[in-house]
Amino acid sequence: MAYTSAVREQFRNTLKEVEEAGLYKDERYICSEQGVEIVVEYPRGSKPMKVLNFCANNYLGLSSHPDVTAAAQKGLEERGYGMSSVRFICGTQDLHNKLEKRVAEYLGKEDAILFSSCFDANAAIFEVLFDEKDVLLNDRLIHASLIDGIRLCSAQRDSYKNADCAHLEKKLEMWKPRARNICIVTDGVFSMDGILAPLDKIADLADRYGAMVLVDDSHATGFIGKTGRGTPEHFGVMDRIDIITTTLGKALGGASGGVVAGPREVTEMLRNRGRPYLFSNAVPPPIISAALRVIDLVSETTKLRDKLEWNARYFREKMDAAGFRLVPGETPIVPVMLGDAKLANDMARELLQEGIYVIGFSHPVVPMGKARIRVQLSAAHEKEHIDKAVDAFIKVGKKLGVIR
Amino acid sequence: MSDDLKRKIIEFIREEYLEDDSMELKDDTPLISSGIVDSFSMVSLKMYLEVELGIKMTDEEASTEAFDSVNSILELVRKKLAEKK
Repeated sequence: MAYTSAVREQFRNTLKEVEEAGLYKDERYICSEQGVEIVVEYPRGSKPMKVLNFCANNYLGLSSHPDVTAAAQKGLEERGYGMSSVRFICGTQDLHNKLEKRVAEYLGKEDAILFSSCFDANAAIFEVLFDEKDVLLNDRLIHASLIDGIRLCSAQRDSYKNADCAHLEKKLEMWKPRARNICIVTDGVFSMDGILAPLDKIADLADRYGAMVLVDDSHATGFIGKTGRGTPEHFGVMDRIDIITTTLGKALGGASGGVVAGPREVTEMLRNRGRPYLFSNAVPPPIISAALRVIDLVSETTKLRDKLEWNARYFREKMDAAGFRLVPGETPIVPVMLGDAKLANDMARELLQEGIYVIGFSHPVVPMGKARIRVQLSAAHEKEHIDKAVDAFIKVGKKLGVIR
Repeated sequence: MSDDLKRKIIEFIREEYLEDDSMELKDDTPLISSGIVDSFSMVSLKMYLEVELGIKMTDEEASTEAFDSVNSILELVRKKLAEKK
């Protein structure tokens, strides 16, 4: 046994350093279903209390929606709990194929392929499609999974300033003579700032320089755009974005599962060479069954995304009027800027005592000096929930000197 | 030459990486370990130095340590320029 006391001590010291830097991720136990009202045990061992949830990616309130859980139940009963295999051995069901077709159609793409998570999708895609003759140009605020995916690939890489098309153009000019293929990589919605990538301008640049565009639309699919098809729909460029990666783990039911949607050759390459696809178990039947129902729900009506849009606007207006410094935007991700990491954590802790569950974010998740509380609205929030949150923010904000 | 080189490097870093013009950038300001320059965008700096000075750096030489401050970048660049002579 080589896990000696010296090794244990070494790991403990590292954890201590993390804690001393104020970066320790202290998890709260949720003792209820995921929803607007949740029961949380925090600090550990204390009496669980009922709070309003303002930090889940449950944008459309579908995580515990009765239709969705019923569909999951049906999937469980009819097809069982797990596939006990990867897709190419004996882990593919007709339902997997049906969901891939439905998602592709929903996103306006030729084909789609399912992964266990969008993290896996992003980890798979670059290594399969690009090599040292190619260049990947990524926005500097892309999600960690895209960064990891790019790291796994031998393509040349460079980055441009967040949502800065002038800077992107300089990079395209520089790399154009040095590359076989160039792919611009961006999030559709940047999860820490809640701002949108300017996909219309990016698509124009891509056309001008003959580059591909890959968008991770995980924080947009289902609710951004007039019918919820995401940032490409919002900017009117659904047919000009080559590849979309997204998740079933946020607005689309909130369980798990990732998707790559794009040209058929891309999905076929991933089916044949995508390591996280080839070596991971198939997404289990209850999730596939529930996701099919979710696609029905978001295709039939825009009621939920419309309510979410109203909720986000209402919260932003109220918080702005109260004097909080927000990152301006139009998404249900509303960063309340505080600057100091300790202040962000203190404020989140005090808000929990007021019955509002939010989380403080600090470096390295966000840039140094830009600590914030990220509030996420849901279609499941009612006006009175939002009013209660704003009142709590005002009370705690005044106490901690954030607002006057 | 040395002052000119330093000025060029600082100008490039300011333009390429700093989001805020008022941000202070000293010769020993940590660039990578503080998150001003991430490991991906470091490529731009490496390429700038190679093109501007006609030098070539291996991936091992262009390490995150070597690129972590104006001072350490200058040290590496001077070494490469001396090798070139």
